[in-house]
Amino acid sequence: MSNPILEVQGLSTTFHRGGVTLPALRDVSFNVGKGEVLGLVGESGSGKSVTLRSVLGLARRYGEVTGQVRWQGQDLTGLSEREMRHIRGREIAMIFQEPMTSLNPLLTVGRQLTETLKAHTDLNRRARKDRAIEMLDLVGIPAAASRLSDYPHQFSGGMRQRVMIAIALAVGPQLLLADEPTTALDVTIQAQILDLILKLSQDMDMGVILVTHDLGVVAQTCDRVAVMYAGRIVEQGAVRQVLKGPRHPYTVGLMQSVPEGVAPRTQLYSVPGTPPSLAALPQGCAFAPRCAFVSAACAAKRPELESVGEGRELACFHPVEALDGVASKAGAHPASSPHMTEESAA
Amino acid sequence: MSEVTVNSTPNAPKRMTRARLALAKPGFLLGCVIIGISTLLALFPQVFAPYDPNFIDYLAVRQPPSWAHPFGTDSLGRDAFSRVIHAYSVNMQMAVLATVFALVIGVVVGALVGYYRGIADMIFGRVVDAVITFPFLVLVIAVVAVLGPGLINMYIAITMVGWVYYARLMRAEVIAQMGNDYAAAGLVMGYSDRRIIFRHLLPNAITPVVIYWMTDMALAILLGSSLGYLGLGAQPPQAEWGVLIAEGRNFITTAWWLSLMPGIAIVLTGLGFSLIGDGLADLLRPRG
Amino acid sequence: MASIQYILKRLALMVPTFFLVMVIIFLLVRFLPGDPAIAIAGDRASDADLAAIRDRLGLNEPMWVQFWLFLTNTLQGDLGRSILMRTEVVDVIFDRLPTTAFLTLYAVGLSIAIAGPLAFVAALNRGRWPDNLIRTVFQVGLSMPVFYIGLVLLTFLGAQLRWFPVGGSGEGFWSHMYHLFLPSVTVALYTSAIIMRNLRSAIIEVLDAEYVQFARAKGLPDRLILGRHVLRNALISTVTLLGLSIGNLMSGTLVTETVFAVPGLGRLMLEAIFARDYPLIQGLTLTFAVLVSLVFLLTDLFQSSLDPRMRLS
Repeated sequence: MSNPILEVQGLSTTFHRGGVTLPALRDVSFNVGKGEVLGLVGESGSGKSVTLRSVLGLARRYGEVTGQVRWQGQDLTGLSEREMRHIRGREIAMIFQEPMTSLNPLLTVGRQLTETLKAHTDLNRRARKDRAIEMLDLVGIPAAASRLSDYPHQFSGGMRQRVMIAIALAVGPQLLLADEPTTALDVTIQAQILDLILKLSQDMDMGVILVTHDLGVVAQTCDRVAVMYAGRIVEQGAVRQVLKGPRHPYTVGLMQSVPEGVAPRTQLYSVPGTPPSLAALPQGCAFAPRCAFVSAACAAKRPELESVGEGRELACFHPVEALDGVASKAGAHPASSPHMTEESAA
Repeated sequence: MSEVTVNSTPNAPKRMTRARLALAKPGFLLGCVIIGISTLLALFPQVFAPYDPNFIDYLAVRQPPSWAHPFGTDSLGRDAFSRVIHAYSVNMQMAVLATVFALVIGVVVGALVGYYRGIADMIFGRVVDAVITFPFLVLVIAVVAVLGPGLINMYIAITMVGWVYYARLMRAEVIAQMGNDYAAAGLVMGYSDRRIIFRHLLPNAITPVVIYWMTDMALAILLGSSLGYLGLGAQPPQAEWGVLIAEGRNFITTAWWLSLMPGIAIVLTGLGFSLIGDGLADLLRPRG
Repeated sequence: MASIQYILKRLALMVPTFFLVMVIIFLLVRFLPGDPAIAIAGDRASDADLAAIRDRLGLNEPMWVQFWLFLTNTLQGDLGRSILMRTEVVDVIFDRLPTTAFLTLYAVGLSIAIAGPLAFVAALNRGRWPDNLIRTVFQVGLSMPVFYIGLVLLTFLGAQLRWFPVGGSGEGFWSHMYHLFLPSVTVALYTSAIIMRNLRSAIIEVLDAEYVQFARAKGLPDRLILGRHVLRNALISTVTLLGLSIGNLMSGTLVTETVFAVPGLGRLMLEAIFARDYPLIQGLTLTFAVLVSLVFLLTDLFQSSLDPRMRLS
């Protein structure tokens, strides 16, 4: 990538809870380019949300964060809280999963919009109000002006998420961190919100890190994708390439779990086993206990994320040679496996 | 996110570790020690009190604390320390008698109302509203006014007002428990109402009630001693902490120890019950 | 502000409860052993007086007629005649009401002033020594009976150090504030302990809420987050609790007025009890119930004005 706006290098976050050490993130590295949409995908507990919070400096209150987060050349991890506040909301914004709990129920939507503007701009009251109406318009809230004095509970779920996006983008940030923004919404609304995020990203030339557990969302909106497992990135690359030809066994498993083009009454596939507890991570590759291609090397040493081609990275000792998304090694999946077609991989 | 483990011996080891956990908490332990000692003093005051609490000695009036009289003597020359010790019997008795009847009545009424709902529940709701509209002390005092001052009347008065709070708590718990599957299972299996209520719902719903009972015992001592102080509860010359404080009230500047020490006993005992209550709450509430 | 409709609805709900309240008060005196007429008129009343009482209260009529008369009399403001004071009960009560009202409001103000800041300090320092210290001190305070606290304050700050006057309520606003400071603090201590505990939990809960995280992600300064987002949300449950604690508070004023010899309703109640002045006892019990109901209503209205979700239901 030519000029990444965000470079994350060796980011590690560790929490301590009740005497137990939980390494939520271990040596995470990735870049985001200007106007690029990066998808961060994985199961619950894989560290996706923690990554976003660590980038924005929200996690260091609760645990130790080491590594580098270079934002437009500046390392964010070294900044004081005061300096971080200038970045948050103004240059990097974040939206959360549950709009009902992320918006203060006691304050009007207009108030929650203008307070960001007040904190980060010099606009006067009138200008702030105008900008607030402008933002609500931009995200597709009808009759924006009259909605300023409404409270969050007076909006439907999809509308609330739009409001949250409006608040996040009010000051015109260059990077949006979206933590599962559509998980709590109906499927039909999901598509609308994702379209909105995409459109805003293109119009404002804004980078997006989209955290999700849904591969369909990734396929729909992202340029690049990073797959996370147990606090580490295991595979990374352009969406089309990774989804069409996944090479890490975990990614293969994820792909096969998506029920697409299956005959009726076919038993659905899911990756056998469960993710490891963060408190008891195995020494070698964290996926080894569940991997169909595991060998002795996997349990002994942790595979590092290495480049395996044009913008493609992988952390595995036994990458899968993919043919049309179907694993070529025996024993991967007994029943007929779904495969990605040209259209669905777009 | 945790690994799936198979629990081969479910109950026995779990209960033991929970009990051990409880004893490890300093607050709970301290509370048990305090109440343990208080109970001992209440049951065997003669063993711990050096003098007869009613022995009057006009020659030793209002003496300050000394080796002979650790808490000094009162206006009638009685040993204050012995009186405070003997008051343990009355005050600990108060904690129990002022609460336990209210608890029993409240639990039964609350369980029935919570189970059957309907008109009885509506009436009960209004009764609760009406009773809590009165300040607790005001209503108790009014009842005592009608019945006449004295310990037994005080117990009756407190019980008459207090059962409502237990009933309200029990009702809420029963309703919450009824939402659980085992209750529905009982209904489906055709168990009689009484069996469901008493054998199944009650044991599970009783936990918050017991926790509340602990704090209520602390409150009962506060209330009882307040009434004793006002002259509406225990009557002099009976040794009761509130009465003792009232007896020392007129000499507060000259013989302050007479009112101070019984007060400390009240605080300690109240703390003891509260600590046990809090400890039980921590122990018995489901973790997480 | 809440709509008129809401207020009327709330008032309507209070009616059946208040009916029961009247029943309870009615039954209180009717359960006395002996002749109620003598109880109401006193031992020294003449036969003519007794006959008049029997007439007015319909003591020879069946119970529900008596209750009806009691109800209508009360609603017309006729609470009977005080044996002790030899005037109308209503007059006596209104005479002493302002003092108790002042004391109660003063105590409420002090409770908030004490509990508020300390709850914040405790919540923000959760688990560390300021939190533990505050919680321990208040825990001990909760275990102290009100009359004991009053006596201690009276003795040390009043009699020994002479910082505050002992007894009486003074004339004029500032004199009132001065005289009633110790009694108010005494009453406030217990309530502030309860409020502090609740507010602290509420603040802790709110601090973990998603909207606080979002506010932080927006880059808002901590002080603003605390003042605007945290405070308002934590306040809601605490205000409700404060309203519910008012009954407790009034119980406290009763005892405190006795300790500090304040001429208010509480002390009057005790005098009435010892004098067996049943009309006055009845009237006072009713007054307390009315005051508490008023506070419940006000708390409800205040809560609905704070929480927009309640307004529209």
